[in-house]
Amino acid sequence: MQQKNRLKPFFENINFEREDNTMIVNFGPQHPSAHGQLRLVLELQGEEVVKAYPDVGYLHRGMEKMGENMIYNEFLPTTDRMDYIAASSNNYGYALAVEKLIGVQAPRRAEVIRTMLAELNRIISHLFWLATHALDVGAMSVFLYAFREREFAMDLMEDYCGARLTHSAVRIGGVPLDLPKGWITQLEKFMFTLTEQIEIYEGLLTKNRIWRMRLEDVGIVDEKMAKSWGCTGLVLRGAGVKWDLRKEMPYGLYPELDFDIPVSHTNDSYGRYKLHMQEMHESMKILKQLIPMYKESPIELMAISPEYISSSKEEMMTQNYSLMQHFVLVTQGMRPPKGEVYVATESPKGELGFFIVSDGSPYPYRMKLRAPSFWHTGILQDLLPGYQLADVVTIIGNLNIVFGEIDR
Amino acid sequence: MRAYQNKKDVQKKSYYNDRFYVTPQTPKEPIFNDSTYSNDVSSLSKKVEILESYIELGELVVYIKPQDNIEAITHLRDIMAYDMLMELSAIDYIAARGGFEIFYEMLSTSKRKRIRVKTFIKQDQAIESVEPLFRMANWSEREMYDMFGIKSNNHPFLKRILMPDDWEGHPLLKTYPLQGDESAQWYEVDKIFGKEARDIIGPEQRDDAAIERYDTTRFSRLGHEVPFATDIRDGKEPDHTPLAYQEEGGVVIGKSPRLVTKFDENESVVLKERR
Repeated sequence: MQQKNRLKPFFENINFEREDNTMIVNFGPQHPSAHGQLRLVLELQGEEVVKAYPDVGYLHRGMEKMGENMIYNEFLPTTDRMDYIAASSNNYGYALAVEKLIGVQAPRRAEVIRTMLAELNRIISHLFWLATHALDVGAMSVFLYAFREREFAMDLMEDYCGARLTHSAVRIGGVPLDLPKGWITQLEKFMFTLTEQIEIYEGLLTKNRIWRMRLEDVGIVDEKMAKSWGCTGLVLRGAGVKWDLRKEMPYGLYPELDFDIPVSHTNDSYGRYKLHMQEMHESMKILKQLIPMYKESPIELMAISPEYISSSKEEMMTQNYSLMQHFVLVTQGMRPPKGEVYVATESPKGELGFFIVSDGSPYPYRMKLRAPSFWHTGILQDLLPGYQLADVVTIIGNLNIVFGEIDR
Repeated sequence: MRAYQNKKDVQKKSYYNDRFYVTPQTPKEPIFNDSTYSNDVSSLSKKVEILESYIELGELVVYIKPQDNIEAITHLRDIMAYDMLMELSAIDYIAARGGFEIFYEMLSTSKRKRIRVKTFIKQDQAIESVEPLFRMANWSEREMYDMFGIKSNNHPFLKRILMPDDWEGHPLLKTYPLQGDESAQWYEVDKIFGKEARDIIGPEQRDDAAIERYDTTRFSRLGHEVPFATDIRDGKEPDHTPLAYQEEGGVVIGKSPRLVTKFDENESVVLKERR
């Protein structure tokens, strides 16, 4: 190891004095293609990766510990900060978990709005993935196109809940607000442009020689490896397993919706790229079906369950007991029954699970957050050896990892 | 005298509990309500001893002995088609029962069912690693070690994963405070400036909601302003300083330039009614 010295610069990244010919490179944690705070220690033989060691934890905020010291409603905005690209999906997953624990069913309109938000968020997440992944691989213009459309989608989010990134748009037991006037029209307009835009992205990428050379046969995750590493979502579907929780173990409104689960049998990055593009179409298909469902649904937005969920504003202002109960629920928090629940939802990244252990007090006894990206990062240590250094960037980008949920 | 604090469990507690409140339980159904689950349990019980099994909120929960975990999970994976291990971690029950409950959350993609295998270990007991069966346990068990200090036998690389390697204590234990313990306060000071700088710098304030009344370096004092880093710990702060927070000579704003003159408190009027 070199000695730190003012005259001789200190390269902390590179270890020269090795007897064999391998070089240790510290990829990250500040590397622009590391998608956040990933430190990847790579052992290179020439340009080939011999050994990879992903080191995570640079964004660790102790969310599970925070969850244990917060009442259930308080924790919901914290879930935004897990997968911050798709905050509504996290909110939805968390709300579903607590609702299952307390045995509450959100009203239909609330479910429609939640599903709309979750699917819109899936589109936002996939657009973000496409933009950054293409940028990593070198297709700069796709980044600009995809980010423009993502801005419009985030405008829709902003119209609904006032936030663009950390939405907290879902509540335990429903949603706080109805859709604003004209939102549906805006959504339809957005979907119309997005359909055209996706054609442009695909025109730029799908048959692009450089794109194909960089993605085809790179990052091969087969079924056995994906299952052993607990990979879900697009990584598992990219390995030829038709597994989407929205279809296979449906929750919310998904049993009523008609959509397909795209599957790729090529196991490589290019197949996963195609899946992302198809999934955006599927999400739009779901959104289009949700619009008439929204119009037909009754206007209730929050479940009625005085023990756990505050009453509507109107009742609170007229009924003494509702106001008292609201006061108790805000200051002390709801007390779910004693027990355990594990609820998994299909977030844009994969299976997002919330395991909540309640001992009957207003603070969860244990809150385990199962973030899909955690294992999509873990798989790197088995996946990267054998590939070239340039492929590392492709693979990291392609697995769609977000550090907010890896480190939690 | 200082108020008594239970050091064994420093998790936040509700400030008020109704004496007559009876905590409800989640419904636990017997396993024969679900044919798939009852098959699973009867097949598994031939392999390992099942201490308890029930269906809680639509999911099978099975309690086994800690030494049987490899055998049970192998059986579930190979024979019962629970082909994925989704999650693995522990629950701290040291204060109540002197140990941890470890849970394995498994999923069968062919049967579309989930099963939670649970086992109880004592505080200093290690558990056999399931890493040979599922590679994902490599990271999960590292996280479990990091967060609870539970060791997995025959794990290939049992090292902290989220916390720094030289961190002291295991954050998810109920004995560990939310803001971190004493060594956490000194961690960054020692790391960046060295132990000898402890007296100069002092411990790190790890409560992000903390407010220090007389700290003039980090908190602004609107209406009672003093020069930066003035020592006012004796309470000698000005009764009132005129509010003045704009540039000298005013600021020009807007597309059609408009001068906003510097605010002068002495010339301002307090309105009785909204205009």
